[in-house]
Amino acid sequence: MQDEPTPIELTKAVADFLRNDITPLISGHQAFKLRVAVNILDLVTRQLTQEEGSDAKEVERLRALLGMDGSVTELNRALADRIAKGEVDLATPGLAEHLWQTTMDKLAVDQPNYASYKRELSRNP
Amino acid sequence: MIEAELSRSVARWCKGATGVTGAAKLSGGASQETWRFDIVHPDGPIGAILRRSPKGYGAAPTRAAGLAAEAQLMQLAFEAGVPSPRVMHVLTAEENLGTGFIMQRVEGETIARKILRDDEFAAARPHLARQIGGVLAGLHRLPLDKLPELRRMTAAKEIGEFERDYRSLNWPKPVFELALRWLRDHDPGPSAEETLVHGDFRNGNLIIGADGVRAVLDWELAHLGDPMEDLGWVCVNSWRFGEIDKPVGGFGSREELFAGYEAAGRKVDPARVKFWEVMGTLRWGIMCGGMMQRFREGPDHSMERAMIGRRASETEIDLLRLLAPRGS
Repeated sequence: MQDEPTPIELTKAVADFLRNDITPLISGHQAFKLRVAVNILDLVTRQLTQEEGSDAKEVERLRALLGMDGSVTELNRALADRIAKGEVDLATPGLAEHLWQTTMDKLAVDQPNYASYKRELSRNP
Repeated sequence: MIEAELSRSVARWCKGATGVTGAAKLSGGASQETWRFDIVHPDGPIGAILRRSPKGYGAAPTRAAGLAAEAQLMQLAFEAGVPSPRVMHVLTAEENLGTGFIMQRVEGETIARKILRDDEFAAARPHLARQIGGVLAGLHRLPLDKLPELRRMTAAKEIGEFERDYRSLNWPKPVFELALRWLRDHDPGPSAEETLVHGDFRNGNLIIGADGVRAVLDWELAHLGDPMEDLGWVCVNSWRFGEIDKPVGGFGSREELFAGYEAAGRKVDPARVKFWEVMGTLRWGIMCGGMMQRFREGPDHSMERAMIGRRASETEIDLLRLLAPRGS
């Protein structure tokens, strides 16, 4: 077991330092690059916070859908394969719901400000 | 310095020109660069743009039409009244500037978010969707017998290429698989009519002024194929920049786009347009994957490129919105 602070706390501290202390000192192209860097750290923080929970639920759905066991990567590969072969499609019970949930979980990490995501989030049950 | 070579160049073909000033690189990848500069002339400065592949980068990537073809297409478009910069000169070997061309600089804005938000364009915005329809109609009417040699594309060929690109990424994405299946199942077959297709006609590749569309840029993906491809691509959600209820570049409705196209005397096939919008959404998603690959394998190890890889999920949600929409 590793000591604390946790990776989430550490990346957040760096992001806050860059955002609050360094951003006012920098302009032009370097400021743009700095913004990208802060965005990356924010993304990493979101992933560290959410990945464990969303992956576990994704695996659960995939096991039910595919009737097999494996890692999240293996199961995604198997699902991709079955869709490619036409064995699974949107008429398959649970597929659309699974893909929606998985995609919403990705956007929550990747681009929570993406307009399509915000629209879909507002209608989420 | 590039100004010395440009000065020698303009002296050869621009009557009265005495040199150039203010050369600045606007954008540049490894193989293609865009520069702005002013030609010094007794009647006043002439704004110009250089588009070139520097020496040693002659070969175009497989999908690109090449700079010579691009120059020819822009000139043809200009002559036909399609908003386009006038091509002033095609580079020759003795100018020592690489391959490419020099065109008139058209003033205006290309940054999509500014066009969608700034007051300067407020009066133009409501008319842009319809105007874009008219511009595309003009572009699709360019005479085939005058076009440079271009690759021929059909939907089936395009799907095949995307599938190959996607599989080469070794990046299992169930939503992309679903889109590939959908595209194969809904392939409308070769278009009855084959025309010039711009290939990258979208918000971001247009120069817009307070008066509307001033120029169509970036002809490097031009090819022959289904004209509805351009109408579908301009509607891809990635080019709406947040204005998701205005499918045409964030400017307006499909109905306005189609009306502008038909008012200019050409017919729209809305089912084909939808097909190409799905294709275009997948296309951008796979391109995001390509960026990730290039980030990983170098030479471009930039943070920006890495982050574009994380935008593939945007196209996944947009594909789901198109193919498996949830209740409104």
